[in-house]
Amino acid sequence: MSEASQEWPLWEVFVRPQPGLDHKHCGSLHAADAKMAVQLAREVYTRRQEGTSVWVVKSSDITASDPADKAMYFDPMEDKVYRHPSFYELPESVNHM
Amino acid sequence: MSATAESIRLNLTPAVRYVLRVADTALIHAQRLAEWCGHGPVLEEDIALTNMALDLLGQARALLTHAARLEGQGLDEDQLAFLRDERHFFNLTLVEQPMRRSSAHAPGGDFADTVLRNFLLAAWFKALWSGLMLSNDLTLAAIAAKAQEETRYHLQHAGDWVVRLGDGTEESAARVRAALQRAWPYTQEMFVDDAVDADAAASGLGPARSSLCVGWDAEVAAVFGAVGLAVPPATPFLSTGTLGRHSEHLGFMLAEMQVLQRQHPGGRW
Repeated sequence: MSEASQEWPLWEVFVRPQPGLDHKHCGSLHAADAKMAVQLAREVYTRRQEGTSVWVVKSSDITASDPADKAMYFDPMEDKVYRHPSFYELPESVNHM
Repeated sequence: MSATAESIRLNLTPAVRYVLRVADTALIHAQRLAEWCGHGPVLEEDIALTNMALDLLGQARALLTHAARLEGQGLDEDQLAFLRDERHFFNLTLVEQPMRRSSAHAPGGDFADTVLRNFLLAAWFKALWSGLMLSNDLTLAAIAAKAQEETRYHLQHAGDWVVRLGDGTEESAARVRAALQRAWPYTQEMFVDDAVDADAAASGLGPARSSLCVGWDAEVAAVFGAVGLAVPPATPFLSTGTLGRHSEHLGFMLAEMQVLQRQHPGGRW
């Protein structure tokens, strides 16, 4: 549309779908400031009743892992099945964890 | 092609007129705002403006359905929206004014006009819904209660934009001032009473327009005060859309809005 979308900073949007659930990342948008970002997140991401709460974070404030470190960071976990608590019998009453 | 639909004739009791004024103001405001669809200054704002147009359309639909019920001929919302002549629309004249929207083939428009109009109208609707929530017509009170939540958001969105532009650059502030000069003469109609208002206030149907002024003034003063925007002096001009006498713009809007239902009566898509 216009250059404005390049001038406004990018924000990451997190929506809580229901009370009790965690905020979940659902996308990003451009906005001039934090208040506007919350308003626009409401327009763009919750217009079909997807949420009960919205967080926004400036994309530039997020520190991400380096894709080049993927092998070092995540692959060593592959063969450590003993870290999964799957060797315990759960009582019936807590079976729906 | 089937025959062109005839215009409907309404039994215009004061109560029907009163509800139609609110319904038509929401409907025509929605139709104007919808012109932004696909043309917003940025993608996110495009979605916001059209969402608000849809809120207003929803309010208009509920109110038109209710007006039809009060009118008593068994008409529906579509017939009221698409088969009435210009003289039988009773919206505030402000909402039918052109959007001054820029587009690829019509440059030179002004977003400040849209922002300011939305703000002035949202503040008016907020005061109106507050009054209508106390209506002894329970359907009307319920419609008002639902609409009020939507309007609170519209007011915040538009008010923030007035502040953002009014407090922005010299040019954006000048544009808001110019937009205010253009819109202001039409605001007098928002608060002038006539027999329809008197009847509604006396019967408990809803507030007279004059009573909306206090709440509206407070909303406007808070936002204008934040950016040093001065209210223009009053003018003797009084627009008459709520009496069915419109500016030159409504006829063109209705021609476009109504053409399908006029040419294909009862058509559904």
